[in-house]
Amino acid sequence: MDYFDIFVSILGSTIRLSIPLIFTALAGLFSERAGIVDIGLEGKMLAAAFAAACLAYVSGSAWIGLLGGIGISIGFSMIHGFASITNRGNQIVSGVALNFIAAGLTIVLGQAWFSQGGRTPGLTGDARFSPIILPGADFMRDVPIVGPLYANVISGNNILTYLAFAAVPLSWWILYRTRFGLRLRAVGENPAAVDTAGISVSWLRFRALIVTGILGGFAGAYLAIAQSAAFINNMSAGKGYIALAALIFAKWKPVPVMLACLLFGFLDAVANFMQGKSIPMIGEVPVQIFQALPYVLTCILLAGFIGIAHPPKAGGVPYVKER
Amino acid sequence: MTPHPAIELAGIDKSFGAVHANKNINLTVAKGSIHGIIGENGAGKSTLMSILYGFYQADRGEIRIDGKPITIRDSQTAIASGIGMVHQHFMLVENFTVLENVMLGAEGGQLLAKGVAGARKELKRLEAEYGLDVDPDAIIEELPVGKQQRVEILKALYRGAEILILDEPTGVLTPAEADHLFRILKVLRDQGKTILLITHKLREIMAITDEVSVMRRGEMVATRKTAETTVEELAELMVGRRVLLRVEKGEAQPGKVLLSVKNLTVKDSRGVTMVDDVSFDVREGEILGIAGVAGNGQSELLEAIAGIRKPTSGEILIDGQPVAGLDPARLRELGLAHIPEDRHHMGLVLKFEEYENSVLGYHRDPRYGRGALLDLDAIRKDAEEKIAKYDIRPPNPRLKTANFSGGNQQKIVVAREIERDPKMLIIGQPTRGVDIGAIEFIHRRIVEMRDAQKAVLLVSVELDEIRSLSDRIIVMFAGKVVGEATPDAGEQALGMMMAGAV
Ligand SMILES: Nc1ncnc2c1ncn2[C@@H]1O[C@H](COP(=O)(O)OP(=O)(O)OP(=O)(O)O)[C@@H](O)[C@H]1O
Ligand SMILES: [Mg+2]
Repeated sequence: MDYFDIFVSILGSTIRLSIPLIFTALAGLFSERAGIVDIGLEGKMLAAAFAAACLAYVSGSAWIGLLGGIGISIGFSMIHGFASITNRGNQIVSGVALNFIAAGLTIVLGQAWFSQGGRTPGLTGDARFSPIILPGADFMRDVPIVGPLYANVISGNNILTYLAFAAVPLSWWILYRTRFGLRLRAVGENPAAVDTAGISVSWLRFRALIVTGILGGFAGAYLAIAQSAAFINNMSAGKGYIALAALIFAKWKPVPVMLACLLFGFLDAVANFMQGKSIPMIGEVPVQIFQALPYVLTCILLAGFIGIAHPPKAGGVPYVKER
Repeated sequence: MTPHPAIELAGIDKSFGAVHANKNINLTVAKGSIHGIIGENGAGKSTLMSILYGFYQADRGEIRIDGKPITIRDSQTAIASGIGMVHQHFMLVENFTVLENVMLGAEGGQLLAKGVAGARKELKRLEAEYGLDVDPDAIIEELPVGKQQRVEILKALYRGAEILILDEPTGVLTPAEADHLFRILKVLRDQGKTILLITHKLREIMAITDEVSVMRRGEMVATRKTAETTVEELAELMVGRRVLLRVEKGEAQPGKVLLSVKNLTVKDSRGVTMVDDVSFDVREGEILGIAGVAGNGQSELLEAIAGIRKPTSGEILIDGQPVAGLDPARLRELGLAHIPEDRHHMGLVLKFEEYENSVLGYHRDPRYGRGALLDLDAIRKDAEEKIAKYDIRPPNPRLKTANFSGGNQQKIVVAREIERDPKMLIIGQPTRGVDIGAIEFIHRRIVEMRDAQKAVLLVSVELDEIRSLSDRIIVMFAGKVVGEATPDAGEQALGMMMAGAV
């Protein structure tokens, strides 16, 4: 394999590995910009993956699986909202609790329903989202440089991949061009300003969490019924936390979120590629180094080396009416 | 037929737990008038206004707007009934533009693009009509407070407010900004709008209101036509006793120099020089006042002396010993006490209970601890003594500090710093938002400190305060000391210096 082929293949897996991060980080973007810290992204993704796999298997339709994933993810979001908005509970505690529930329930239910050690049965045909070959991909393959990039990186992805990239400008547009976005950004900074402007803080935050739920559902469905063809125990494997790191790394802005997710996806792809290979002079590099890099980079950012990250000011604080 | 009054409140009652903030309040405000509301700190003024604006709910009572009884469940209803409010602490999204803040909640459609053009036009109109000029694209946190306040007024007018409530609008303004505000309010009144104005400054009440109501301890105790009352009568109604409106003090007996500042230069975080080669001495037994319009480097100067901000160059000497760059804890040990300008950002942790704030910064004192542990009983007992001595209301050391009224919060800070019996006291805006009874009290404490041969450095944007307390005055403009004066220098002469005209 020459270097260009390696490059193309790493790029291809970068895309595949970034998609769940992009969906999840955007999900986190909506809740955190509204002032609700969401450590429960991981749990939403996992629960949505499980629900999507089950429903896709039962119905034979990937689309129904997707809807199921979105539904369960919104459900989780609403529980988070009920605990932290309605009852003004601690947002971290509520998020962590949801992560535990997702990790436990998916295994227990999976085993009870399918008896495959927590796995769900494999999906075939229309029960999963399969790659879409864009027009001309085969024809282009032989064109130097551009051809392989087009055929292997741009073409050949499933519909959810394209939706993820479409979700980025859409999120930007919602945040900065709509009334909902303006209010959402305001409530994450100063809920009292929103309240005195005659807008319900709770309802606004709940709506933000619904968006979070929808995007979290896409992330989970991608894992189980697009990237893989079944649900596997703990298949989110910390991606929810990486997405959270990407969100901070991107300073809570949609386009940088996409870039951060691509960067972290790239690191993951490199880690996979390097597995068992040794670099001349250095020898074999432990994959853990690459896996730790997103967190290391985020820490460096938080320490103030890459500009300053200003989180939404009211983040994590339940809104109580008082002066 | 006489027109209905703009606002009628009947039997409004409101309690926060054990605190009875409003007791059976009745109030009538005529349409097209400016109605003042005065009262001591914690009298319940802000609470009453917040009820009218739907931020709080009354426990009992009726509200009638233009003669029609309405139930104001939330701010939405209040806005729809034509009520706008400028809160004591601004309700702005600080990293938003002026335009975004004005539009928030009144965007005119699902998409912003549609509303923006209209909002810009409306802002232009309001600017022309009332002299409310602000750049619609400026970011709030970069605007001076005076402009931020205009944004709050614009927010209300943009929503078509016919009744405008202003809660202590001049507390944070420079005299020139306050004058501008009053001109705007008069224009608004002349156009038939009704204005409710809360203030602690009786001079403002006399200058601009048509009628004035007085609150005391949750009750509405009197309403007067402004033309038929006097400052003395109002002060007495507010406090329930005669108040001394001047500071009484004897000759200063200055001793040796205690605090000395030499060629001090301070830059802010953006690298702008805020204090420029400033030198002065403060002797024991004297009060040195620093006059100046807000934002001319006084805040940075105070922060540098208090050890909060590192000076770029120059020296600060306490008793001849260089102290520039020492941290605030070390400076406290050297006998320097600091009453910061901004009690919310620097003086207090609002989420703490009162007793915790009453020792903040001095919590390492062996009196308050046993080894690594705090002696909570000792701290609470100490807090109770301060509460009694400074008449802090409500007298409850376990109440969350955020739930004290502004003036009482200030007293918590003043009590903490003065009761340490420091050698030097540096004070920024000691009476911002404080009622006249408390002002009298705090002023007397400051003079007592002087008479006990302490060195006092006082920064205030209130010229009256500077003139009545100081033994010597220096004036700052654009970071430099532009002049020195005695307290009997005329207001005119000082004003000229403050404007940099000398
Ligand atoms: N949210 C709250 N919870 C408990 N007590 C409160 C709350 N808000 C106000 N209070 C109490 O109600 C009383 C009235 O407070 P309010 O803020 O209305 O006074 P004020 O007249 O505006 O005083 P100031 O002139 O200092 O602003 C005070 O004793 C205050 O401590
Ligand atoms: Mg008040």
